[in-house]
Amino acid sequence: MSHIPPDLKYTKTHEWVRRLPDGQLEVGITDHAQEALGDLVFVEVPEPGRTLAVGEAYGVVESVKAASDVYSPLAGSVTAVNTALASAPELINQDPYGRGWLVRMRSDSQQGELLSAADYARVLEAEGE
Amino acid sequence: MAFIPHTPEDVAQMLAAIGVERIEQLFDEIPPALTIGALSEVPEALNEMEIGRLMSERAQLDGRALCFIGAGAYEHHIPAAVWALATRGEYYSAYTPYQAEASQGTLQTIYEFQTMIASLAGLEVANASLYDGASGFAEACLMAVRINRKSRSKRILVARSLHPHYRRVARATVGNQGLTLEEIPYLADCGRTSLEALAAHEGEDIAAIAIQQPNFFGVLEDVDALSSWARARGIAVIAVVNPTSLALLKPPGEWAGRADIAVGEGQPLGVPLSSGGPYFGFMASRLEHVRQMPGRIVGRTLDATGRPGFTLTLQAREQHIRRGKATSNICTNQGLAVTAATIYMSLMGARGLERVAAASHARTHELVDALTRVGGVSRAFEAPFFHECVLTLDRPAGPVLAALAGRGILGGFDLASDYPELGHALSVCATETKTARDIETYAAALAEALRPARAA
Amino acid sequence: MQLHSEKVIFEHGRPGRGAHDQWPRESPPPDLPQELRRARPPLLPEVSELTAVRHFTRLSQLNFSIDTHFYPLGSCTMKYNPKACNAYAMLPQFLARHPLAPESHGQGLLACLFELQEMLKAVTGMQGIALSPMAGAQGEFAGVAMIRAYHASRGDSARTEIIVPEAAHGTNPATASMCGCTVREIPVGPEGDVDLEALRAAVGPRTAGIMLTNPSTLGVFERNILEVAAVVHAAGGLLYYDGANLNAILGKVRPGDMGFDVMHMNLHKTFSTPHGGGGPGAGAVGVSSRLLPFLPIPIVDRHSGGFRWLTEGDRPQSIGRLSAFMGNTGVLLRAYVYMRMLGREGLRQVGEYATLNANYLLARLRAAGFEAAYPRRRASHEFILTLKRQARELEVTAMDFAKRLLDFGVHAPTTYFPLLVPECLLIEPTETESKESLDDFVEAMARIQREAEQEPEHVRTAPHNMVVRRLDDVRAARELDLTWRPPASN
Repeated sequence: MSHIPPDLKYTKTHEWVRRLPDGQLEVGITDHAQEALGDLVFVEVPEPGRTLAVGEAYGVVESVKAASDVYSPLAGSVTAVNTALASAPELINQDPYGRGWLVRMRSDSQQGELLSAADYARVLEAEGE
Repeated sequence: MAFIPHTPEDVAQMLAAIGVERIEQLFDEIPPALTIGALSEVPEALNEMEIGRLMSERAQLDGRALCFIGAGAYEHHIPAAVWALATRGEYYSAYTPYQAEASQGTLQTIYEFQTMIASLAGLEVANASLYDGASGFAEACLMAVRINRKSRSKRILVARSLHPHYRRVARATVGNQGLTLEEIPYLADCGRTSLEALAAHEGEDIAAIAIQQPNFFGVLEDVDALSSWARARGIAVIAVVNPTSLALLKPPGEWAGRADIAVGEGQPLGVPLSSGGPYFGFMASRLEHVRQMPGRIVGRTLDATGRPGFTLTLQAREQHIRRGKATSNICTNQGLAVTAATIYMSLMGARGLERVAAASHARTHELVDALTRVGGVSRAFEAPFFHECVLTLDRPAGPVLAALAGRGILGGFDLASDYPELGHALSVCATETKTARDIETYAAALAEALRPARAA
Repeated sequence: MQLHSEKVIFEHGRPGRGAHDQWPRESPPPDLPQELRRARPPLLPEVSELTAVRHFTRLSQLNFSIDTHFYPLGSCTMKYNPKACNAYAMLPQFLARHPLAPESHGQGLLACLFELQEMLKAVTGMQGIALSPMAGAQGEFAGVAMIRAYHASRGDSARTEIIVPEAAHGTNPATASMCGCTVREIPVGPEGDVDLEALRAAVGPRTAGIMLTNPSTLGVFERNILEVAAVVHAAGGLLYYDGANLNAILGKVRPGDMGFDVMHMNLHKTFSTPHGGGGPGAGAVGVSSRLLPFLPIPIVDRHSGGFRWLTEGDRPQSIGRLSAFMGNTGVLLRAYVYMRMLGREGLRQVGEYATLNANYLLARLRAAGFEAAYPRRRASHEFILTLKRQARELEVTAMDFAKRLLDFGVHAPTTYFPLLVPECLLIEPTETESKESLDDFVEAMARIQREAEQEPEHVRTAPHNMVVRRLDDVRAARELDLTWRPPASN
């Protein structure tokens, strides 16, 4: 069973969202996603300042066997990217909800469209995890 | 039965193991209406002796003319060792090296090839090859659009002096993805791409420019000025280059506006003319673009005991993994041709390749001198040229070439349909394979072919 | 098998060494403008001819190949490459001919290519053939481009969707994207047939066509093919045939008769041209009459005076030129010799014996305890075993079996594909393998199964007898080492 922290929000495409104290949002991919991909070898992140629409593909996570797009969970603009991933993509495998964060963003939308931890767990069950 | 080893006893035992009585039963899932009878339109089988004779007769029919055509395919001497080694069964009948442990020969050969090509091009990385120079150019256009960080532009400016077939192949390949290829004209006096015409695109959103060096006319372009113009505006530079010439000429990685991508036709490196194929396209690029490079790439790594070994890498970009989002649909490289080229480059080394280039340069100049001494023949362009040259005649080139062909001389490539603005023009080429006597033979035959109209 | 690895060739070099006999004599130094000259020589080896010959000979000995090993790679058709095909394609006059030489100096070659076109028409049931695509993937590109061109010519520009079964090979959706189309996947039923209900729901006014392989990538014949064709045609779409599995039905069934409008063939599979370590192939395409105007050029035509090329001027609606010249001519000549040596009777036997070998191997492997992915179906020329039970109970995967097979001198079957079947081995023996070769394979698989039960770690860490052990793919992609660099510059 993959790890799904209860205090985060999720998307059907296996991204997680954390609200930071200063109101920014931190985004990454879930434990299930990193497990499915395998050892990550490369991560492509956007430039800070880029505006994103909800569901827009903004980067790529690449392993030996797969390269997947990552999608923006909300509309907003990128305020920071995790530059450590350039030399250590394995951070995502080791700590997908912590040091493996992908981008931080500012968004005006509500988080209402995002899934709770319980809902995401149900998504994984339906997929036959 | 050709190449099928089964005896009737084998067949009987096999059918018994399967649990059927006749081979036809193995096809019982196929709707009977679809099953055909005999292939009556296909001729009866020939044994090896018979097909050998037929092929010899046809080959002799085609003969071997004295060839002075370049235009994208070049006759160079191929050392005997190249194909003696490349046709070894272990290279010839091996598959794509997906099981790396069983393919170290092929993989290491490709790694060595990548090293040589990257160095020839003056860039950091190269792939395991593409189908040919023309499709390689099409792939370079697609790659240039992908690497464009500053915009989504799909406009590529392409020199008109770039090989006409390459431009057509690129259009056929990239048109469906919305890319446009716009021509930049050349200057009529020197045959070089017009920097002024390029500069007229100032301020426009362009993804890349594409320059050939030497260009299709054999003329040497001002690559520094053209590439600098693009570089200063954040426009990618695609260089289409001849690999033999890179032994002498400044490579794309050292142009003043350093090229992003270099492609070209690898045939001159040990691959026979063979009526156009199989050849191979090479591609090299800056390291920062490697993940956008199509085709296969070999990397060196370690095995479970820490020994070095080779494997296909960066495959996540390729069709079998990314499927609809692949960088390209390309599934193969030109394995055997690449093997031959790697052996050729190993036998030649830098000095041997330089000799080939210098000799080709010298012979072409001698050819042009000899031919322009014939009345009615002149050079089309006043400019330094390398390895091939455009001449203009006092009458259409077509019938002249036909007359020469009748005497066993392939005099050059008629430019009338691709470059009508040049008038009666033809492209000629002489490589290190041509002797002084060959050149004399051509000049004499040309003089005779042009004589009747002049006497009138 | 060579067990000693080879240094990289640059490491064999010494300054001043070279294969001097191969170099032309010195020429006058070229008078090139200084600013265009190369400043430093490129990094190419400095070795004698003997060193180069030893190096590449030894490297070749590190390879598995059809000439040396059984190679049951599913979907790749690793049949014997007859030496005669190579010998006659490499006759000196064929090798020496420039692609732009006039047709008058190519009638021998053009006769071979024309006859090849005609024979391919006969075995596929298509009305027109183009030989220029240089690989299966390029043939696919041509096929989908022709479908688009056809719809465009009828003013039907809404048709941009290509339907693909979920088991399709990765090139199919990649090709569709390259042609500016979107891809719509439909499911495959439990017995391996395309889901007809899903297909009926998927077709409509946006359907450009469907891409299918038959037998499918699951190794089974698409039994409903005539209904599939009817559904797609009724909706206004066209059918594209991926010829990767043509070997199964060669001489028995023709794609044209199944209702396909356009197809590509892999000459390096079905028609035995060499795989060459990954190419060069040739992906000839065939079309029904309504797509004839769109064929890529050039095409060989016969007229009263002999043979000639049809090019842009002759075929104004052609999708265009895909190759600088006329495709992989040398490969085409090998396919021609092969087809002439088989003739009408031999070509018919290809499908029969490929299918016999596959069904025999399947029966013996099942008898040895292995699980077929589609146990109620006949094998075509290939079949799938699933090792999901071994993976679950013994923690030994299909990849582990594949690696251990290398130690037994057999190149592993296809393991990464199709994605639909977990822990699969896609096995295609081809018709040129003897019964003994197949029996040896069954023996090897049975032994590995016993090892998996008794000493699984030995299988998990295979191969043991190759020049390298399992390679670190992750390291290869993370720490890119794609070109050799001289030690001083590290």
